[in-house]
Amino acid sequence: MNPADPIIEVKDLYKYFGRVKALNGVNLTVDRGRVVVIIGPSGSGKSTLLRCINRLEVPTSGEIWVDGQLLTKNEKQLNEIRAEIGMVFQLFNLFPHLTVLENITLAQKVVRKRSTEEAQKIALSKLQRVGILEKAEVFPRQLSGGQQQRVAIARALAMDPKIMLFDEPTSALDPEMIKEVLDVMLDLAREGMTMVVVTHEMGFARAAADEIIFMDEGLIVEQTTPEALFSNPKHERTKLFLSQILHK
Amino acid sequence: METEPTYSVIDIPIIGEGKPEPLQNRLRTFPWWFVALLITLALTFFLVLTTQNYREAFTFIAVGLGVTTSISLISYSFALVIGLIAGMGRISRNVLYRNVSTYYVEVVRGVPMLVLIFYIAFVFVPDIIGGVNQFGFFLEELSNGQIGSALAQIENQSFSTYWRAVIALSITYGAFLAEIFRAGIESIERGQMEAARSLGMSYRQAMRYVILPQAIRNVLPALGNDFIAMVKDSSLVSVLAVRDITQIARLFAGRSFRFREAYTILVVLYLTITIILSLSVRIFERRMSRESR
Repeated sequence: MNPADPIIEVKDLYKYFGRVKALNGVNLTVDRGRVVVIIGPSGSGKSTLLRCINRLEVPTSGEIWVDGQLLTKNEKQLNEIRAEIGMVFQLFNLFPHLTVLENITLAQKVVRKRSTEEAQKIALSKLQRVGILEKAEVFPRQLSGGQQQRVAIARALAMDPKIMLFDEPTSALDPEMIKEVLDVMLDLAREGMTMVVVTHEMGFARAAADEIIFMDEGLIVEQTTPEALFSNPKHERTKLFLSQILHK
Repeated sequence: METEPTYSVIDIPIIGEGKPEPLQNRLRTFPWWFVALLITLALTFFLVLTTQNYREAFTFIAVGLGVTTSISLISYSFALVIGLIAGMGRISRNVLYRNVSTYYVEVVRGVPMLVLIFYIAFVFVPDIIGGVNQFGFFLEELSNGQIGSALAQIENQSFSTYWRAVIALSITYGAFLAEIFRAGIESIERGQMEAARSLGMSYRQAMRYVILPQAIRNVLPALGNDFIAMVKDSSLVSVLAVRDITQIARLFAGRSFRFREAYTILVVLYLTITIILSLSVRIFERRMSRESR
């Protein structure tokens, strides 16, 4: 595990859902501390790629290496690796039967084997970090969408992950709540967290991304810096996609 | 909830809900049938208090209430455990676990309950005892004399009809409850399991801490309804001569030839129990739906 080695390596990844080909041979490396934004039309396979990285989807073929370990179907190894990969979902997926604090302490206690006091201390510090310390004792349904998503980020961060995956984290939010979530993500990026973000927020990509990837039909079409992609897209499909989303 | 009731439970009306309405509407929607039901019950209890024949029938039959209650409670507790295990099995990824659970649930659902009770009491339980005997002989040969001979000497007769009835009801209702638990687990969004697994929890941990607490909460009313159904179906164990209220009513009727008194009392006893239980389930359901608002 040389720190110079990439933290995520995806080799020749294929994923079929029945006859539908979601991923058609994807190769990707992510270095430590980098922020990678994946964009592309719906159905281009960007969410599937993200979900393969922590094996919420099982690849049809290909290899995925995370922090020097090849992902296999060994459940014990998978649980250990997943604990190192935080994931934030489009629909938040908070646990509705638990309070905000319990949402954040549960996996710390069960997976990381932390004591209740320690887990709560960490949970409160993460809540403070995402700016909703005062909501620790309420239930998720009493929160706005933006607040729920910030709790979800705090829940993932409390596990001290080495990587954070974001699967369209602002797509289900009302417009006025998008910024509060993006601000938290920008802070994280500045602090050097390794992030892979699937999003349609081009402003975020411009501000935070070290690399931007354009996917279409299960393939990485273009991989470059945000400036290069926005000012000088090389491929026709990239140009078409950018013109569609930027002229809205 | 998409759990289908497997039987009918009294749909107790709850009066005094919502805004005051015009008198005409209130008269039209008023649950007259429920008032009539309560009057019927009250009249019967009046008969019990005032006439000798009904009083005799009542005091004779009410003795069986203890058996009806205990057999329902004990069987239901076992059925809850069996149902939870089989319900999780129905959706397990483990091929053996899933198929054994589905086999059990489908066999039970495909056979009339009365036939199942005969089969379990007179075929299944003796088979189990026979198996235990064989195991005892086996232990004896391995020179573990005491435990072995104890097991080998268990006799078929020593297993009372009461416990045969409990086993029969538990196995039967275990299958029904399994379907309730399965539906409850399936009603939880996939994202919940994904979120739990993405935090590093194992399948078991995710089930225990995230999925089941939500699923069980969702199916509590359905579980309550099935308990009511079980109280009614416990009358079937009278075919095993277990002295529940149905069996005792049959005895009373056969001995005294007062069929009307015996079976009227029996009907009223069951109705009283089911009405009280249905009302409790409804009140509980309402409180739950108010809480989650």
